[in-house]
Amino acid sequence: MTLPGFPHVMPLEGFAGGLLIGLSAAVMLLGLGRIAGVSGMAARATGIADTGAPRGLAIAFVVGLPLGALVVSLLAGGVEVTFPSSIWPLVIGGLLVGFGTRLGSGCTSGHGVCGLSRLSRRSMVATGLFMASGFATVAVLRMGGLL
Amino acid sequence: MKQNLIALAAGLLFGAGLAFSGMADPARVQGFLDLFGAWDPTLAFVMGGAMIPMALAWMVQRRMASPLAVSKFSLPGTTQLDRPLAVGAVLFGMGWGIAGLCPGPAIADLAIAPTAVLPFVVAMVAGMALHRMLPSQH
Repeated sequence: MTLPGFPHVMPLEGFAGGLLIGLSAAVMLLGLGRIAGVSGMAARATGIADTGAPRGLAIAFVVGLPLGALVVSLLAGGVEVTFPSSIWPLVIGGLLVGFGTRLGSGCTSGHGVCGLSRLSRRSMVATGLFMASGFATVAVLRMGGLL
Repeated sequence: MKQNLIALAAGLLFGAGLAFSGMADPARVQGFLDLFGAWDPTLAFVMGGAMIPMALAWMVQRRMASPLAVSKFSLPGTTQLDRPLAVGAVLFGMGWGIAGLCPGPAIADLAIAPTAVLPFVVAMVAGMALHRMLPSQH
């Protein structure tokens, strides 16, 4: 399915995939009483964070992410991904994402999916700011001829 | 053990959702943030889809004394808006825009495009470690 004017959009796949993500977060909340926040789980799994989920639980969640992606890739005969051609956006972006998500206590999953649906004031502010920052950053990259 | 299996299942669902929704693709995520280019609104559909089970889950959660598999809820209780929250979110948004990746898709992509995503994941873990080294963290 496509929408007029948006040649690349995948509304049905996006919505269905979103349901799976929301279901995952619901399992974490109702089953384990925790927020499905990937940055927090990753920090806990690597031992960078001392507090949070039990380490084994965090490792299990983090290991599940690539396994789930692998299952879809095998069933669908591949998942299309296009990466930046230079290593620098990945290195600079990775540093900012790692540092920023720790400082801001969450990312798209914890603040975005879990926090917004909880109507958490902190998550609404964080999500508004990282979206605005993302839009502005890409606009600047485009103006600078870097896209 | 049961807890870890539930977490693994949740991780699997999450990773599957990311891959199926197109969010494992950095170009598509960057396309959502690219308002002045060929804008790709897919991410908004993903967010909309994810909100439905979670909004229901929060309604159920309010009526539960404890989670199903453990003795108590461990949920963030901070409500204060502070500078680290704001600065962190802005820095995260910059990195998200530059690379087209946030933590979930980056880790999920270790199964789809391991060599391509590895520099991002290594840098992301380094960024997390760098934050821990800040004096205020001790």
